[in-house]
Amino acid sequence: MRNGSLLTIQDLQTHFFTGEGVVRAVDGVTLSVRPGETLGLVGESGCGKTVTALSILRLIPNPPGRIVGGTICFEGRDLLRLPEEEMRSIRGCAISMIFQEPMTSLNPVFTVGEQVAEGIRHHQKVSRREAWDRAVEVLRRVKIPDPARRAYEYPHQLSGGLRQRVMIAMALALGPRLLIADEPTTALDVTIQAQIVDLLMGLQEEMQMAVILITHDLGVIAETADRVVVMYAGRVVEEASAEQLFETPLHPYTQGLLESLPKLETGKRHRRLTAIPGLIPNLLDLPTGCKFAPRCPKVIGDCWPTEPELREIRPGHWARCILA
Amino acid sequence: MRGLFSGQGRWSPGIVLGSAILLFFGLMALLSTLLAPYDPTRIPERLQGFSLLPPRGDHWFGTDLLGRDLLSRVLYGARISLLVGIVVELVVTPIGVTIGLFAGYFGGSMDGVLMRTTDAVMAFPGLVLAIALTAVLEQPGLLSVIIVLTAVRWTSVARLVRGQVLSLREAEHIAAIVALGAGKGRIIFRHLLPNCLAPILVAMTFGVASNILAEAGLGFLGLGIQPPMVSWGSLLAEGVVYLTAKPWLCVFPGLAITCTVLGFHVLGDGLRDVLDPRLRS
Repeated sequence: MRNGSLLTIQDLQTHFFTGEGVVRAVDGVTLSVRPGETLGLVGESGCGKTVTALSILRLIPNPPGRIVGGTICFEGRDLLRLPEEEMRSIRGCAISMIFQEPMTSLNPVFTVGEQVAEGIRHHQKVSRREAWDRAVEVLRRVKIPDPARRAYEYPHQLSGGLRQRVMIAMALALGPRLLIADEPTTALDVTIQAQIVDLLMGLQEEMQMAVILITHDLGVIAETADRVVVMYAGRVVEEASAEQLFETPLHPYTQGLLESLPKLETGKRHRRLTAIPGLIPNLLDLPTGCKFAPRCPKVIGDCWPTEPELREIRPGHWARCILA
Repeated sequence: MRGLFSGQGRWSPGIVLGSAILLFFGLMALLSTLLAPYDPTRIPERLQGFSLLPPRGDHWFGTDLLGRDLLSRVLYGARISLLVGIVVELVVTPIGVTIGLFAGYFGGSMDGVLMRTTDAVMAFPGLVLAIALTAVLEQPGLLSVIIVLTAVRWTSVARLVRGQVLSLREAEHIAAIVALGAGKGRIIFRHLLPNCLAPILVAMTFGVASNILAEAGLGFLGLGIQPPMVSWGSLLAEGVVYLTAKPWLCVFPGLAITCTVLGFHVLGDGLRDVLDPRLRS
């Protein structure tokens, strides 16, 4: 079903072996990313978004975590079978990742120019001078004003928005085909968030790279994503194009997420936001049937005994719900 | 990194003052042969009238029991004291840093073995260990002092660096650099080590100061350098017998030790301010 994709994850299982038991943080995730597209990965905290992303780069802290099953195919190669050496040359070069916290994601004792240049020199044999020039060029690309001067500054001299731009510059310096952005705007001011999202989308078009955008902000997803994967308790519960998802969400969890967004409606000023009742289930003790059943407003008797499959309800629109 | 040592780091008052003090004592040590008014080991033929003289015009710091000029002895003592302090620190720091980096970064059994060894050395009273080692080395002297101090003084640097690495290892910027393809060597030497450099340099200045004191302690016990060599520690040891009656015998070498240690501390403080980019204006 997923031809011509850049990255294909099949039945990924990443488990954490803790003192209290096995936490199935990612349990059978299947998704794919096509070249140049933006895939939104949505869900509450603890649903496995970040673990999925870290699994792609094989950065799961071991112990306690381990990828116990599945395949991650990137440009035809199974990343899970590559030797660590080759994996390192993929990280930062073919696949890059940026993190949530721009305030602490940069090394405080190096200038930002040095940090960008170091990554370039690490992956490619170029002179110090050339790496520096290219670093300044990348800083210009992420629209840092006066990059030739800013390159000499230390992270603490930059604002959060600029630091996130530097992080993006580091991630994009080598022209990756896939960028994983893990909540890239969460720690920033709203006005800066919009700028960073615009920047990412602009660069994506310019560089023709695919982006996996991890966020719990459905607003950002609506603006940017081509397709959306909704995760819940380590599983994909719904996958659709952004349009389909926002127009006709099929899974009650997605419906709940959308309803919990504030809306601007005239005449109904005091309408309360709808929350999804309950909490994400304890991953050590999941219900046997549908994992969302305990919180689902539409739950019926059939939801409990067995977990529903992820089914293609409409062309390109998948959901894991017997009612869909 | 380049910013740490280039003109970007501004001179702080601490660096200027500390360097000035140390330059003073350093020159004193280097030029002691020229500056000393007398041969520090020369014993006058007739002791009467020369022994234990208080400070006066021809003997600014007075004389000791054997009538030797104390100023000359303090000048010569600077050479041994500074030499021991600096050499020991230069040997000890790379050892401690390497142990700390590896223990902190790799953790697990590597950390266990390295740090329990460190603990064992630390828990053992330094002076007792030094005495035992001196006994093994048989011949007390300059080399044995350096060996003995090296054996006991690498532990604090190792602990310091390990602690730094433990907290740094979990830092976001290390995770970020790993996600961008950094390997172990690059993480340890290009990212963890530079982040520890400021505390290491500061610790080194304090370390030199403690080494000078430790040498003085060994000298005091007679396990340090042996006559006719002089160090500030051995001068203190000689003078302590007359502490109440002829205090200058201890005051001058004591002042030299105090000022040098102070100089290193002031320098260390100044370095800390300049080396931490977050504290730079």
